[in-house]
Amino acid sequence: MLTTIRVNGVDRAADVDPRMSLLDFLRERLDLKGTKKGCDHGQCGACTVLVNGVRINACLSLAVMHEGDQVLTVEGLAGEEALHPVQHAFLVEDAFQCGYCTPGQICSAVGLLAEVAAGQPSEATVDLEGPVVLTDAEIRERMSGNICRCSAYPQILAAVRRAAGVAA
Amino acid sequence: MKPFAYERARDVDHALSLAAANPGARFLAGGTNLLDLMKLEIEQPSQVIDVGRLPLAEISETPSGGLRIGALATNTAVASDPRVRSRYPILARAILAGGSVQLRNKASVGGNLMQRTRCPYFMDSAKPCNKRLPGSGCSAMEGLAMTFALFGASEMCVAVSPSDMSVALAALDGLAETVRADGSVSRRPVETLHRLPGEAPQVDTDLAPDELILAVELPPPPEGGQAWRKVRARASYTGAIASVAVAGGQVALGAVAARPWRARAAEEALASGASPFEAAASELAHAAGEEGRKALVRRLAADVIREAREGMGS
Repeated sequence: MLTTIRVNGVDRAADVDPRMSLLDFLRERLDLKGTKKGCDHGQCGACTVLVNGVRINACLSLAVMHEGDQVLTVEGLAGEEALHPVQHAFLVEDAFQCGYCTPGQICSAVGLLAEVAAGQPSEATVDLEGPVVLTDAEIRERMSGNICRCSAYPQILAAVRRAAGVAA
Repeated sequence: MKPFAYERARDVDHALSLAAANPGARFLAGGTNLLDLMKLEIEQPSQVIDVGRLPLAEISETPSGGLRIGALATNTAVASDPRVRSRYPILARAILAGGSVQLRNKASVGGNLMQRTRCPYFMDSAKPCNKRLPGSGCSAMEGLAMTFALFGASEMCVAVSPSDMSVALAALDGLAETVRADGSVSRRPVETLHRLPGEAPQVDTDLAPDELILAVELPPPPEGGQAWRKVRARASYTGAIASVAVAGGQVALGAVAARPWRARAAEEALASGASPFEAAASELAHAAGEEGRKALVRRLAADVIREAREGMGS
């Protein structure tokens, strides 16, 4: 099926089997290997990308479902001259060891910041009717869809805190 | 994944006519459960009807003072809706307890209702399972898991519904509105949308193959406090061992049956003046299964009923 998806600001068309996941479309058809395949079942978060500004698991979506959508992957985050603030925060806080989960962690954190700005609650939100206060408990809960096998969680927490401009 | 034909529905009628023409077809909304099961070849639809772009995502007030939630509203959209947060806080809490943000951003309300059990033996296609392969036997009966049904199980199947959201919807008297290809519209309580396993555990619901969920309708919230709690094996992002949703005098238990379990015995006991613990005990008196798990659900239910009475919120 001929499918056109706008990836990192550029329309990319390919003839795809309906079975192809968005993740495989990005990696195998577009050669964008930044988005990682971990579990391939929506459990690890390594494949997290932003679709129309919202973070999802690219492994649990078919490419054909995304005709005309705007997809942002880790390759599309940095500007011409500088890294994205979340990428920069991950570097400063040394928020990875092997790095395999890192693109998913970073895309997830970018989504998280937008969700918090929009006032969306999480399970850690104490007052459902109040504004969201980005405590460490909030960050941990909101990042719980991204697993880090090296267990760099304290540094990831610090990186998200830094990117959000929240004092430790 | 087995090959299938993909069709994007242009409108509801198109989706229904495609489904009526092919009983082997499945509706696809967010895909977070269906595609997972298709990868495991537990689901093998010959055709996938993508309803994801149909205009069914609206959340609106009803004339009776309730809320109508379109079947394609994402789990995130429902949990973030200010009306849900203020008037139906247990619904927001239950949704936020399920999955991860990535999943909730994609998963729809209709899809959440239609998700299949996560019984580990259903998910493992190397094992016998009457729900997956009728007549092959039940591995779970003698198996290892914390989540077998306490209520409504049969000799054929002890699997439970994995939905957190539906537990809150059942406590709130939510109705699922559906439509079929012949235009007939039905409203079914979310509480009884799912069948108990009986002799045919492979059939999850009474919905016809050409029946599509359009919306969930909530009446105005009942008088009294609301409270929700989910017990699970880790702090986040895993299924319930048990959950409880309370709205006024209405109590629903989660992960204890093939459907969200309205604790009618407990409700009747509460209405006649029983304490929260006595009410929970009267419900669990009807339960089958292991004593430790029953004790956990009994204490949990009593505590959440108490919290709803004292807290007037969640």
